Amino acid sequence: MHELSIAISIVDAAAEEAQQRNARVQAVHLRLGRLAGVVKDALLASYDIAAAGTALEGSKLLIEEVPVVAYCPKCEARRAVNSEEWFICAECRSPISEILEGKELEVFALEVE
Amino acid sequence: MSVAEPRLVEVRRNVLKQNDLIARELRESYRQAGMTVVSLVSSPGSGKTAFLEKTLTLLQPRYRVAALVGDLATENDAGRLARSRAPVKQIVTGTVCHLDASMVRNALEGWLPAPLDFLFIENVGNLVCPSSYDLGEDLRLVLLSVTEGEDKPLKYPTIFNTADVAVITKTDLAEAVEFDAPLCERNIQSVRPGMRVLHLSAKKGSGMDSWLDLLASLRAGKAAGRSGE
Repeated sequence: MHELSIAISIVDAAAEEAQQRNARVQAVHLRLGRLAGVVKDALLASYDIAAAGTALEGSKLLIEEVPVVAYCPKCEARRAVNSEEWFICAECRSPISEILEGKELEVFALEVE
Repeated sequence: MSVAEPRLVEVRRNVLKQNDLIARELRESYRQAGMTVVSLVSSPGSGKTAFLEKTLTLLQPRYRVAALVGDLATENDAGRLARSRAPVKQIVTGTVCHLDASMVRNALEGWLPAPLDFLFIENVGNLVCPSSYDLGEDLRLVLLSVTEGEDKPLKYPTIFNTADVAVITKTDLAEAVEFDAPLCERNIQSVRPGMRVLHLSAKKGSGMDSWLDLLASLRAGKAAGRSGE
């Protein structure tokens, strides 16, 4: 369970960005890939603990989950991968391995006042 | 515009940026030192330490090797690996369930007296958390023992997706536990199409040849990459 250390990194990153803008953060928008190796619920549960006593205390963490997208050599196109347990093109069902999206762990935006 | 009105500012910042920056520095320092770095991840008890001890022993006549070992509390693994007579250093992580790039950097600082051909990094036994952290390694192995069951790749797809090569260990026990090797192989290919899979027994030594060949070609490829720059 490394979500707490990830949550601390999120708070640190957001606090630094907010300080540069001299702003107070109300919410942090996070893009979380399905292949990032981070569990959404555990991260949400860790966030308040990580934010306590920092400039981000009381702020919200809003998570947008990013589905897996890979390059399908057969279709020669970007294609969705619907299951991490079965890495196949959602269209032609051939195995695909070149991941284009789905590993994101990114503070995308801040809601500030 | 009212001062209290919340607004959205785009920052687009990678949360693990700090780790990735250190990993990049590490990768560059390995490259400059001409050192090939291989990391190992697996669940606890899948035979990482036995596999590494055998690997260090077999490589030593030809190569300069060393190992960093991450573990939660004890230094037992380092003691076992020291039997190979290669330099070994333990990183005791306390309660942290994975190694990150800064732990590797701190452990390496002032440790290695002489240049190396291979450095191995044994991660903490865990199939979840290590997947998020780049250590700057050239090759990441995920180990899976025959006693763990063929469906492990389906349960932990992310770790298989961040590793380069899968190693099925303890094959000397395969018959006793009725391990279905083709099924396991299919499951690995299902979560990571095209992944290279090695089958071996560190205890009996079977399959270690193809592993050593893979290391030799990795090293040759890296040397070629260096001279080509």
